[in-house]
This record gives sequence, structure tokens and C-alpha cells, in this order.
Amino acid sequence: MWEVIRQNRVKSVWLIVIMTLVLAALGGSIGYYLQPAYPADGLFWGILAAMGVWIVMLLISLAGSEKILLATAGAREVSKKDAPQLYNIVEEMKIAAGLPAVPKVYIIDSSVPNAFAVGLKPERAAVAVTTGLMAKLNRDELQGVIGHEIGHITNRDTLFMTLAGVTVGAIVILADLFMRGLWFSSITGSRRRSRDSGGGQAAIVILIVSIVMAILAPLLAQLLYFATSRRREYLADASSAQFTRYPEGLASALEKISAGQSKNFSKSRTLAPMYIVNPMAASGRAAGLFSTHPPTEDRIRILRGMAKGSSLAAYEQAFRAEHNAGLIGSGDLKSSQEKGIRQPTAPAEHNHQQSLRQAKDILHKTAGYAIISCACGLNLKIPPDFGQNKVRCPRCGTTHEIPVEFLAATSAGLEQLGKK
Amino acid sequence: MAYLIVLGVIVLLVIWIIGMYNGLVRLRNQVKNAWSQIDVQLKRRHDLIPNLVETAKGYMKHERETLEEITKARNLAVQAGSVAEQGKAEGQLNSALSRFLMVVENYPDLKANQNFLALQEELTSTENKVGFARQFYNDQVQQFNTRIESFPTNMMANMFGFKQADFFEIETPAEREVPKVKF
Repeated sequence: MWEVIRQNRVKSVWLIVIMTLVLAALGGSIGYYLQPAYPADGLFWGILAAMGVWIVMLLISLAGSEKILLATAGAREVSKKDAPQLYNIVEEMKIAAGLPAVPKVYIIDSSVPNAFAVGLKPERAAVAVTTGLMAKLNRDELQGVIGHEIGHITNRDTLFMTLAGVTVGAIVILADLFMRGLWFSSITGSRRRSRDSGGGQAAIVILIVSIVMAILAPLLAQLLYFATSRRREYLADASSAQFTRYPEGLASALEKISAGQSKNFSKSRTLAPMYIVNPMAASGRAAGLFSTHPPTEDRIRILRGMAKGSSLAAYEQAFRAEHNAGLIGSGDLKSSQEKGIRQPTAPAEHNHQQSLRQAKDILHKTAGYAIISCACGLNLKIPPDFGQNKVRCPRCGTTHEIPVEFLAATSAGLEQLGKK
Repeated sequence: MAYLIVLGVIVLLVIWIIGMYNGLVRLRNQVKNAWSQIDVQLKRRHDLIPNLVETAKGYMKHERETLEEITKARNLAVQAGSVAEQGKAEGQLNSALSRFLMVVENYPDLKANQNFLALQEELTSTENKVGFARQFYNDQVQQFNTRIESFPTNMMANMFGFKQADFFEIETPAEREVPKVKF
């Protein structure tokens, strides 16, 4: 998808340029208003302050936005040893997409199924899935979802989305500060301003302009952010079908994910557009101006409409059948080759309870728990601070020894504490 | 003045030829890289198979033939040289594996064995990785070969001895698909 990649790079540069101007205007007008006696000074300091906020946020996002976003979502990194299947699937999609490195794999402890990807560069990307996703989906469906996320990485959506997220954040912070300042100064500073009534009318005009700017700027910024992110979802779906050669996997995954959404999932507005299905939207039906994702039913219909194959051209055809409009650029279509649809590998039956337990075990492992399988079928989860080297199975009474590597970790931890 | 124009044209021509040559080298390296990815996965698969046979042995006392067949096919695949040869050997290994996985269905004890389940996941994934790496490799080969055939890069390719790369096909059409692994 070299066309999409180029577009995303160009858009990212434009976003930074335009947002710099908008922020400068916003900062300038705020400064101008707050310093009516010295308008030139106010303008100057306002712009300077806005640029300061912007540059700091930009630098932070370039240095470690991945870590921040993952931490906001409460994601924990897992290794191949902890979650062999999930890790294998990520590796498979890495190969299919021709990424330079295997993205880091994270797990979020939530029963609501969802997933997202972050990373300014493909070399430094990460994929996060919830335990609910791992529990509800079979192997092919999980592969479809991971393919979609890797699609976001290869198409450089994660680059644009991270930058857009940071800009929206900066504008919201600034506008918020201004509105608070306004409210605050209306209490404390009213006497000072009423005294110098020289530029009374001009001051009011400027006040109105800056209030309008402060209200409009965040709205405009969000609109821009949302409108561009819907097309990306379709494109990432197309990439997933191309990588997995099995569009049905993602289609049935989307069905399960949208059925499993609930309101008490993460409420973070910055993260919402990054998930595979928007957790903020109550139902997958409406596609208003402010929705970040296209309706899920629509995405599923397109994927199921890919009768002829799994290539970008097949997706384009199915998309046209639904929308009477094109999606993918002609250059990308020309370079895509049809490779057909592969056979499903996953079984028909899927044990939800068992998969959920396995997903939870992965979380325990990452937290340093020892997991001992008892002969009676019970899995004992020993916390890292258990403090004894033997444990009795509560069901059948067999005594188990706790593996020495987990003990070593504990005693080393205790020694460390002792030294302090 | 005319002298300068001629000089300019020659400089541009040289830059263009250098760019063309470098483009060919880049594509050839991409093909090599893509092949090494397949190679890694094939090796991984070859390493997994003795473990699988070892685990299955205890449970499948009456299936010595099936297990021996896998081991034989695996040893042939390890020794295979060229891309085409490798494709043929992998095809045989695939059919031996799918026969084995069919037989496994009759051994519920084996199917419940944790070690076997872990190996099976590894095997499934390695099969997928071979498939995806092959997809990616063939894409790169297609790009490289098209470039070598088209004008004017074909002259350049002839001059510097760039040869068309082989596609990696797993032989016998019935076994093109990776064997279905059931859990």
C-alpha cells in the first residue's frame, strides 16, 4: 500500500504545519485578550506559550507515545513463553506484511474484546489485545484482528493517529486553560479592566473572537481527526484480508467484538479511535461526523462480499458494491496480486471458558505467578509473594513443590527488601 | 555553451544508470531477504518434527510406518539444495504430516497431552509462517523478474548478469494448501 503510506506521511506533515498555525492563532488571541494594555506583548507571549505546549507534547510523543498510550490502556507486555499462540499469530502477520521487526505484544485485562496498535515507526510498533478478545475468538479470527492491527502499522496509520491525538490533546488543553482563565479573571480581574475603558469596544470584539476560537478550535481539530480515521479502518480491513488470505476470519471476529462491547470499557477519548471497534460508540450503526469508525455491520458486509479472492482489488470491488465509490488508489490496486482465499485452520468448536482461563493465566504469568497443574485438573496460581516452597492442592490435597526459579525470584526480592 | 549542455546530459545519463543499477541491486537483496525468511521457518519446522515424533511415539505404538515416513520426508527436506528441490521435498513432508495429523484423531490421549498441544500450535504456526513467507517471497520475485524483463532495465540486467529468481512453489497441486491442523 505504498500510495496509502505516502499519503499518510504527507498528511502527517500537513497536520503538523496546520496545527502549528491553528495553535499559534489560538495562543495569540488568548494572549491578546489577557493583556489588553500591551496587545503586541500579549500576542507574542500567547504564541510563545502555545508553541511551548505544542513542542513539549510533540517531543514527548516522538520519544515515547507508544509507552504512554499502552500505559493509559493498562497493557502489559507478554513474551512468546507467556502467550505462545498470540505471539505466533503476531509473528505470522509480521511475515505476511513484511515488517522489519516483530511488534511487541501486550495484553489488557478486560473481558470486553478489543485490540489496538501503536508505533510511529514499523520498527518500534506494538500490538495490544484484551483478555476478552483472546477468550472469545478462535485462531483464524484472532489472526484477522492482528492482521488489521498490523495493517495500521504498515499503512503508517499509527504514525498519523499518534500525531493527531497529540495535536487534539494540545488544542483541548489550551482552550480549556483559556476558558478557565476567562472564568477566573471575570471574578478577580474585572475591576482592573473596567478602569481602563480606553479600548472598550475593541476589547469586546477581541474577547468574542478569542472565545469563538477557543470553542471552535477543539471541535475542528476533532472533526479532522475523526473524518480521516474512518477511511483508515476500511483500508486496514483490506490489508488484513490481503495478509491472512481469509476475510471471513476478520468478518466473524468483528461480529463477536461488536456484540461484546459494553459501556464500562476504557473511557479514554484519545485511545478510542485506535481500537479495532470503537469502544465509545454504543451501537455499531451510526456513522455521524464525529464517529471514528465506520459502522461495524458495513465492514462485515464488505468482507463477506469478497467472493473473488483476498487481494486489495477484491476488497475494492466489494467496497464499491456497498458504497458506489472507490476506496483504494489505482497504483495500489495495480500492484496487488490475487492469491485466492485459503482454507480455515481453526476448528468449528471453540471452548470459551477454557480460552478465558488461558488468557487469565497469561496475565498471572506476566505478574510473576507460578502456575502448577495438579493431576486432578486444577491449575494452582502461586503469587510471587507466597513465601513457602510447598503448596497443597485445595481440591485433592496433593502437595506440590514450587519450581525453584519462582522461589529464587521471591527470596532475591526479600533480600533486596532486607538490605533497605 | 553547447559543450556544457552535452556535459550536463552525460552527467544526468550517468546518474540515471546508477539509479537503475542500484534499484536492481535493492530488489535482488529483497528477494534474498525474503528467501532467508522462508529458510528460517523451514529449518524451524525441521527441528520441530523429531520432537513431535518423539512425543507421539509413546501413544502411537501401531503407527510406526506413519512416523517413519515423516522422519524420512523430513531428512530429505533437510538435505534439499535448490529452491525447486526444496519445494518438492517440502511437498512430500506436507503430505506425510497431514496423514499423521489425520491419524492423531484416533488417539484422544495424545490429543490431550499438554506437550503435544504445544508442539501442535508451534507446527500450525510454522506452517502458516512458511505459507506467508512464501507469499511474500513470491511477491518480491515477481517484482524483481518484471523489472529484469522490462525495457530499459533488461539491458542493464544482461550487462551485469542479473538472473531471474525462481518462484518457490510447493509441488503437487493437491498439497499446495498447508495441511489442516485440527485441535
